[in-house]
Amino acid sequence: MNMTLFKGKQRKILPGFGLSMGYTVFYLSAIVLVPLSTIVISAFGMNPETFFGAISSPRVLASYRLSVSTALLASLFDAVAGFLTAWTLVRYRFPGRRILDALVDLPFALPTAVAGICFATLYSPVGWLGQFLAKINMELINKPSGIVIALIFIGFPFVVRTVQPVIAELEPEIEESAQSLGANRWQTFRKILLPHLFPALLTGITLAFARGIGEYGSVIFIAGNLPFKTEIAPLMIMTKLDQFDYNGASAVAFVLLLISFTMLILLNGVQRWQQKAYQ
Amino acid sequence: MQTSTTRQTATITGSRSKDPIAVQLLLIALTFLFFAGFIFMPLALVFSQALQKGVQLYLDSIREPYALEAVKLTLITAAIVVPLNAVFGVTAAWAISKFSFKGKTLLVSLLDLPFAVSPVIAGLIFVLLVGSRTPFGSWLGEHGIKIIFSTPGIVIATLFVTFPFVARELIPLMESQGREEEEAAITLGARGWQVFRIITLPNIRWGLMYGMILCTARSIGEFGAVSVVSGHIRGMTNTIPLHVEILYSEYNYTASFAVASILVFLALTTVAIKGAVEKHVHNNQ
Amino acid sequence: MSIEIRNITKSYPGYTALDDISLSIRTGELIALLGPSGCGKTTLLRIIAGLETADKGSIILEDKDTTNLPAREKNVGFVFQHYALFRRLNVFDNVAFGLNVRPSSQRQSKSEIRDRVMHLLQLVQMEWAVKRYPSQLSGGQRQRIALARALAVNPKVLLLDEPFSALDAKVRLELRRWLRKLHEDIHVTSIFVTHDQEEALELADRIVVINKGKIEQLGSPQEVYDHPANAFVYNFLGNVNVFQGRIRNGKVVIGDHPVDTPHLLDGHEEKNGQAFIRPHEIGVSRIRSSESDLVGKIRDIRIMGSQIGLELETTGFEKLIEAEIPRDTWRNLQLNRGDEVFVTLNKVKVFTGDYEI
Repeated sequence: MNMTLFKGKQRKILPGFGLSMGYTVFYLSAIVLVPLSTIVISAFGMNPETFFGAISSPRVLASYRLSVSTALLASLFDAVAGFLTAWTLVRYRFPGRRILDALVDLPFALPTAVAGICFATLYSPVGWLGQFLAKINMELINKPSGIVIALIFIGFPFVVRTVQPVIAELEPEIEESAQSLGANRWQTFRKILLPHLFPALLTGITLAFARGIGEYGSVIFIAGNLPFKTEIAPLMIMTKLDQFDYNGASAVAFVLLLISFTMLILLNGVQRWQQKAYQ
Repeated sequence: MQTSTTRQTATITGSRSKDPIAVQLLLIALTFLFFAGFIFMPLALVFSQALQKGVQLYLDSIREPYALEAVKLTLITAAIVVPLNAVFGVTAAWAISKFSFKGKTLLVSLLDLPFAVSPVIAGLIFVLLVGSRTPFGSWLGEHGIKIIFSTPGIVIATLFVTFPFVARELIPLMESQGREEEEAAITLGARGWQVFRIITLPNIRWGLMYGMILCTARSIGEFGAVSVVSGHIRGMTNTIPLHVEILYSEYNYTASFAVASILVFLALTTVAIKGAVEKHVHNNQ
Repeated sequence: MSIEIRNITKSYPGYTALDDISLSIRTGELIALLGPSGCGKTTLLRIIAGLETADKGSIILEDKDTTNLPAREKNVGFVFQHYALFRRLNVFDNVAFGLNVRPSSQRQSKSEIRDRVMHLLQLVQMEWAVKRYPSQLSGGQRQRIALARALAVNPKVLLLDEPFSALDAKVRLELRRWLRKLHEDIHVTSIFVTHDQEEALELADRIVVINKGKIEQLGSPQEVYDHPANAFVYNFLGNVNVFQGRIRNGKVVIGDHPVDTPHLLDGHEEKNGQAFIRPHEIGVSRIRSSESDLVGKIRDIRIMGSQIGLELETTGFEKLIEAEIPRDTWRNLQLNRGDEVFVTLNKVKVFTGDYEI
């Protein structure tokens, strides 16, 4: 115990620790911590009735349900599509591979509003894809399924970029030795590869999900924003702000933050547990 | 028998995999299909819509005064945000990667906070902090300082949203490079600033550049947070993405996609630079 | 420049890296800090350089207490195990770095710096590489540049952290001899850390054997090798046969063989002891030379270059005995596997008390 204390006090050898640490903490507080604390202060500052009234109104509850369910569906779809993409990009060689690999990051780089108007136009009843769907009486626009489409796009790179390095590190010998021991392809995949890739896959899914429930720009154009039907939680915050209902907006935002942070903390826990299991 | 055929397929496609060729082709086809629907089609759509009514209208749409004002505001924002966050990123990465101290893990997770916050909430917190209805905001207002619904609001919301990019890029890079070069430099008599300028900075320049590019791309494209704090005043507090939204909601699709095409172009450039930087780093190892 | 290390203590959470180390080093000496990995030798070197702070104690360079001086002001040349060359600077700029970063009032002119760098590159035989980058050089070449860079600022003391450990065997040997010669030429007080006893024996004027944060022995290579102070030093320096035995009447009894131990004076009291003998100190002969000779059977013969290694099985000894004899002796005796020989152990050295490796 004493030793740890002593170590903390020890002189730093390289220069600039005090300055860089001081500035880091100052800037972090000024730009992130203090502003974020306003939500907490505001949520705890209002009287409980206002708070629970705001977050338990049927319209708000519907928006939470919609945000969580669409984000979950989209992140699960991303898990499959992202895994296949990562596998294909790492393991196979084909023309255009490098371009696809680079374009995986497009959803990171493309402004969300642009993605939003693209999907809204593509899936409109006269759009490139919407016209075919219209023929089979399927519509995505102004429907939760449209929201899922937008969130799939947004979450896709999270899964690919977390799974890709793990596949790249996997020794092909592991699969070969499994197969030489008589396992068939499916057994090898299920018993050897999946457990190995699972932590990365889970990380990717969680990141995609956390991003999905907060996403705004790419969703609002395709969603139609019908109350109770296609109104996502971030939009609820926006609506309440437009009505100068700051308390309501803070309450809704507080719960939304709570959901994302809980997800990320759980993920952190799972990762630590995994690391311990490997040691 | 089995082994010899799979070995053959591996050499045919030049792949690292021993999956049967049919499986390989199927998965490659599925990947292309996904990319077609989610990446290529949206990209093609932007340019097709933008140029639908001819090059002239396209050029007019992006040269129109309000569009130019939006571009100007966006660039001013990026010009303030990127250097500030870059300086912060380098400083934080120096403290975190070159020293050991208590609470490092906590600090690193705090740096990532803005990633977990919905853009709308990122805007909301600044309204709650300095909006005209808050005590601090009204005090500022009395002294003639307006933050929300004006450029400073856009700048601070963008600062928040792009806060982690540079630091996140640099911390793993600098941790992998260790402290030995810096230690060697101080035993040779170098001062702090000299160590940083001559040794550290050249070692991290690619990572720094890439982090700044990501930061730029995000600050130009940020929509949700800016949407909350801007007030959508045309020619005053409209950034490029907000301008795209306004044009779109006015059913002026061609102009909307024309302006959006600038953003698509920037996004593609970012992605291409990322590829180039990664290739460079890979070749240097 | 003399170095005085006084009562240096350094602890990390959970273990003590250096436990009250004191040591004085004379001007111009070449000292080896020798010990197993994790024994604290690198920590000591880094404390002298100011790259680590001691919990207690002081470092005095030529009558000046430098304990609390920042590394930048110590004027100590440090050569890192993995060279730590500046990867974005070429060889010239690497070597010139220490000269270029001086405050402008003390900085030499460009041409003076150039002359100094070229002189040093000549000294380390690397003048051909002046425009190269570290990534274009081999390990041995990088190590020479690292040395030139450390020497450029005329350090009072040169510290080398495992300078040859990352090199392959042949380059290591070559660079070792070269460093010995370089030290004779420039004569700067130098300390190097190593876990390789051969390296320490060949290079150093004096060797400091360290184990678990304490100095086990300090002395010339000959002293340390021929008169190890304790069991640890005996065991750490070179190959050695170790036997457990009982000490009785000036003899040590191993198994049921009494072996003469002439150096053991207080051998009258019966106690446990450990007997050490180096493979080359074991006599192997076809004819019995004394009563206490053992009869051994050759189990294996290994040709190790100029020496021949024999594995001997003797009755009463649990372990096989390893012996080394010169090639000529081996040829003269015409030894083959399975032959019986007489084994002389009269050079055995016995330590009493508990000992752990």
